[in-house]
Amino acid sequence: MREPVDYIERTRSQYDALGYPPYTWVRNEEAPPFAPLTKPLSRSKVGLICSGGIYRVGQIAFHYKDDISYRRIPMRTPRRDLRVTHFAYDLRDARQDPAVVFPAATLAALADAGAIGGTADNAYAFMGGIYSSRKVKDVLAPRLVAECVRDEVDVAVLVPV
Amino acid sequence: MSSALSITASVNPPRAVYLDFPLGHTAGRAGDVSEQRHIMLDTLRALETIQVPGTIRRLKYRWTEDDAWKDSVMRPRQRGAADKSAHADDRVERWPDPQYQHEADRDLADPHCPSCVFPERA
Repeated sequence: MREPVDYIERTRSQYDALGYPPYTWVRNEEAPPFAPLTKPLSRSKVGLICSGGIYRVGQIAFHYKDDISYRRIPMRTPRRDLRVTHFAYDLRDARQDPAVVFPAATLAALADAGAIGGTADNAYAFMGGIYSSRKVKDVLAPRLVAECVRDEVDVAVLVPV
Repeated sequence: MSSALSITASVNPPRAVYLDFPLGHTAGRAGDVSEQRHIMLDTLRALETIQVPGTIRRLKYRWTEDDAWKDSVMRPRQRGAADKSAHADDRVERWPDPQYQHEADRDLADPHCPSCVFPERA
């Protein structure tokens, strides 16, 4: 088995080859906050937040330049109504099967099978590739946290791309 | 869930699982509902069992036996290390207007969309 792809290193060499200044990655040195589960998963309500640029038919699509907006998407939206748009990854598989970047149907099936207590009514999707980590931290993330609190989820699964 | 180990380690979230798949498949392979389900169950189990903050648990799934996909990641048209022009910029331009998957979606979009949240316009 080969080592994981080091995307930080490959981005560095790509930017260097293109003559761009180095990309500045988020680096958090201090210990992360940690909230243990308070009840078993079979009784927990699970939320979902994804960064792959997913929207539902009827919604406004994302744009490709520092878009910090997000979409509320019902967890049980039929696959035929889900769309994916993004500038930074190969969209072919995600458009064929949105569950690869937006596993709402996967969670809904686990709720139906009793493996988790349930899901929130809505999942949340936004666009990754936002150059301002400050805007993500100070503007977007608090709004998503507030949505999760309002949805009364016990845990949230985060799915970046 | 993450398929970019070095980036996730740098961000240092409370807990994570690492799936060694190409980007764009963070939750599994297209059309493989069974594997997607197992990946999610392993993810939820990690949520339940990880005790040490900052732990990244590596999941056992592999994209292909030979991992050959790793050669071409972010190395478009690479012809040789000495030829720096071999690195083409394959990224898409950053359009400032909505990018619909299908043109028909544009006509179906509600301009006042209540489920579309723009925090900076609030």
